[in-house]
Amino acid sequence: MNVDVTITINGTEHTVQVPPRTLLSQLLRDELDMTGTHVGCDTSSCGACTVLVNGNATKSCTMFAVQADGADVTTVEGLASNGELHPIQTAFREKHGLQCGFCTPGMMVTAVQILERNPSPSEDEIRSGLRGNLCRCTGYHNIVAAVQYAAEISGGE
Amino acid sequence: MTTGTLIGQEVKRVEDQALITGRGQYVDDLRLPGLLHLAIVRSPYGHAKINNVDVSAAANAPGVVSVFTGADLAEQLGSLPAGWVLDEESTGMKTPEHPPLAIEKVRYVGDAVAAVVASSPAAASDAVALVDVDYEPLDAVTDAEQATADGAPQVHDDAPGNLAFDWSVGAGDYEAAAAEADVVVSERIVNQRLIPNPMEARGIMADYNAGTEQLTIWTSTQIPHLVRLLFALVTGHPEHKVRVVAPDVGGGFGCKLYLYAEEVICGIVAKQLERPVKWIEGRTENYIATTHGRDHIADAEICGTSDGIVTGLKVHVYANLGGYLSTFAPAIPTILFGLMLGGCYKFENLSCQVKGVFTNTTPVDAYRGAGRPEATYVVERMMERYAHEIGRDVLGVRRRNFIRPFKRGHDMPIGVTYDSGNYQGALAAALDKFDYQAFRQEQRAARSEGKLLGVGFSTYIEICGMAPSAVAGALGAGAGLWESSTVRVHPTGTVTVFTGTSPHGQGHETTLAQITSSRLGVPMENVEVVHGDTERHQFGTGTFGSRSLAVGGQALMMSLDKVIEKAKVIAAHEMGVDAKQVVFENGMFYVEDIQEREIPWGDVALGAYWAKNLPPGIEPGLEAVSFFDPENFTWPFGTHIAVIEIDEETGETKLARYVAIDDVGNVINPMIVDGMVHGGIAQGVGQALQECAVYSDDGQLLTGSMMDYAVPTAEDFPSFEVGRTVTPTTVNALGAKGAGETGTIAASPAVVNAAVDALKHLGVKHLNMPLSAERMWRTIQDAKEERRARRSAAARRGN
Repeated sequence: MNVDVTITINGTEHTVQVPPRTLLSQLLRDELDMTGTHVGCDTSSCGACTVLVNGNATKSCTMFAVQADGADVTTVEGLASNGELHPIQTAFREKHGLQCGFCTPGMMVTAVQILERNPSPSEDEIRSGLRGNLCRCTGYHNIVAAVQYAAEISGGE
Repeated sequence: MTTGTLIGQEVKRVEDQALITGRGQYVDDLRLPGLLHLAIVRSPYGHAKINNVDVSAAANAPGVVSVFTGADLAEQLGSLPAGWVLDEESTGMKTPEHPPLAIEKVRYVGDAVAAVVASSPAAASDAVALVDVDYEPLDAVTDAEQATADGAPQVHDDAPGNLAFDWSVGAGDYEAAAAEADVVVSERIVNQRLIPNPMEARGIMADYNAGTEQLTIWTSTQIPHLVRLLFALVTGHPEHKVRVVAPDVGGGFGCKLYLYAEEVICGIVAKQLERPVKWIEGRTENYIATTHGRDHIADAEICGTSDGIVTGLKVHVYANLGGYLSTFAPAIPTILFGLMLGGCYKFENLSCQVKGVFTNTTPVDAYRGAGRPEATYVVERMMERYAHEIGRDVLGVRRRNFIRPFKRGHDMPIGVTYDSGNYQGALAAALDKFDYQAFRQEQRAARSEGKLLGVGFSTYIEICGMAPSAVAGALGAGAGLWESSTVRVHPTGTVTVFTGTSPHGQGHETTLAQITSSRLGVPMENVEVVHGDTERHQFGTGTFGSRSLAVGGQALMMSLDKVIEKAKVIAAHEMGVDAKQVVFENGMFYVEDIQEREIPWGDVALGAYWAKNLPPGIEPGLEAVSFFDPENFTWPFGTHIAVIEIDEETGETKLARYVAIDDVGNVINPMIVDGMVHGGIAQGVGQALQECAVYSDDGQLLTGSMMDYAVPTAEDFPSFEVGRTVTPTTVNALGAKGAGETGTIAASPAVVNAAVDALKHLGVKHLNMPLSAERMWRTIQDAKEERRARRSAAARRGN
């Protein structure tokens, strides 16, 4: 038995019918073909699947699609607007904040929330804010630098 | 527009635009109409006999299309191959059968038993639970040393004593050196089992066209061409009818460097069902089904004079290989370990024996560094252990034993030749960043406040640029290790570069485009780098062992030279001069002193294809193919310095500071090289401080999730201070040595040396990794207890 889920993703409303056990990450990837959101584990550890649900960074593999009924969701595909990269995207490229790129969508979405809550975070605050997102390539060094740079170009001090 | 020389420039990566906008294409992002989903039934036992596999309930479950057992596929599938076979006569090498789906027996938790194919991933995984396997559990063994004991459970009947090989290498006469030495220090040094953890686990999609008999396999791999070759050998499906594609690959670190059972199974199932099939590995599944790394028990002994001259090193190793031989497993604890034990030191007596041992655990193969971290850990740990024993400074002892700087070729007693080195220079550069004397003062001051600080060094060397095919072949390699390139110049002068390397985060599309742009004088945006597709590029070896630039980059240079040579001949003909007179610079062909007769690159490219005015004997087109097989490996080196802070009350151990000076020869893109170093350091520090795969005695993986295994987070590290010295290699014209593994190789000894330094005043001589709070707390308590006992004994004697 499928259930209706109505959800706004990156500004567009979608209504889809899915089995109740469908995860939000599966809804995004398999139903809507938005494969920018990645799934890197099955224990809510890695954070690659992080999206913003009503403005809160959320591991989309840990939420049922039905729980997101009526929600406003932002994924990596929605960070850029009008052909302009979001400052966090620019910063990841400028500071070499990604290598294989698999953790990057979740990492950037989490970083967006860090900067929304604190426009000029310290290095410790950035590291603490990123602790739910794992990266195996960068040693986090350039990810932290990218978040600092994003703060700088977004007008934080 | 970007032109001019880009060598050595921090060019931003061309890979990034797709990856930061969610447009990457990893295997699980690929879609095909009619796609079926495959899930694997895996053994829950470490060791068991299979009495029966009943698939009837699973086969009748909703959405299930088919279920395959090992017996069902036995005719189509041979054994998974051992890709590296040591000399049988001298090592007793055994290569037991490795069926892709187990038939009679399972040998580790995670061993594949059956494959379920269904219309959705959920239907497939639901049906996995319905496959009824009648197992008869057997005693298991997980520890390599215990597996060699009399009466230990036998993993393979045809490998008595669970011994896969007993390999030795040596130089000089260690025993004589030890007999004459003032000091002999021994220590058991354990290099614990690690789980590689690329953020993308493995994934495969296979599609078969029965009309053309063409089989396409998309797989998250570091070695698409080797996968195709091995797939053809195992299945008998002709190699030229198999296409293997590595799309975007989310990290590898060595664990995507083999032919895996699932690649064979997906290919054959797609062929049999004539439907596309996809298998995506879950993380929990990855922890048991994808290779692990390290797992060495080394009994080491170092000897030398009382004033600091090391005269010899002896190492006996039990190397855990897991339940089967993975593709390159035998190379890791032998060639890549034993040949590195000389470090960057002058001592001439070396004795190394390595027992490769089967156990009831996930197979062990390369993990970033692969053998070299284990060797470096032994060498650098024993150097400091020796220095402490004779009461001398760890840096003074290193300096006394360093090989002197050399620019071309230094023969090591063990039989290898280092390419170029300046170990003193790297140490001096590291100390420029790190004030050693000031640290010692700070350490004393901190200790009086109950804070334990320690500094540790690692003056490492590694073997990279995996390479000379004849040498590797003589040592057991089942494949050549050269690399290939094609440079295809299009009529408009834009260029496509094809490489046999297969990046998964290393930025080859950028680095190779930088080289091409600089050599041809065409802008970066006019160069496309193609990799990871056996149908687009001729045979190549892939990306591992820090080989891509040192071997693949040089193969590219050769093709660029050939293209330029031909273009000069065409330009000369056009200008009516001899080709020898033509100079090619910044994308222009001209003749010295006749500046008005210059022809731009694009015109020559067009002329080559238009072919209306080609010199006699010159074929149309502008394209070159090259294969580069270097004469030697490359030998990067450096000095890493770690500062460790230990909370005396809780044992909590943190990395406070990390300084790294690496010498990887010439650098094309410093931004990318620094990024490689950062990531390597994090993996090496992760091993030293927190990562560890633990098995129960009956073969259950107790650290079965990323949290239990303790994959490091951003909070576990400070920012790193990295820099370089530059000592070019003579092995390739680029002068590049390879930069992918330095951090992983150097970091763990630096960190453990630092922790021992912090606790030295308590009498601590060695610590096993990982330096968990519990282990450190117990070590501190035990050391204090011993010290109290010593003092009271001394007091009693005084009375």
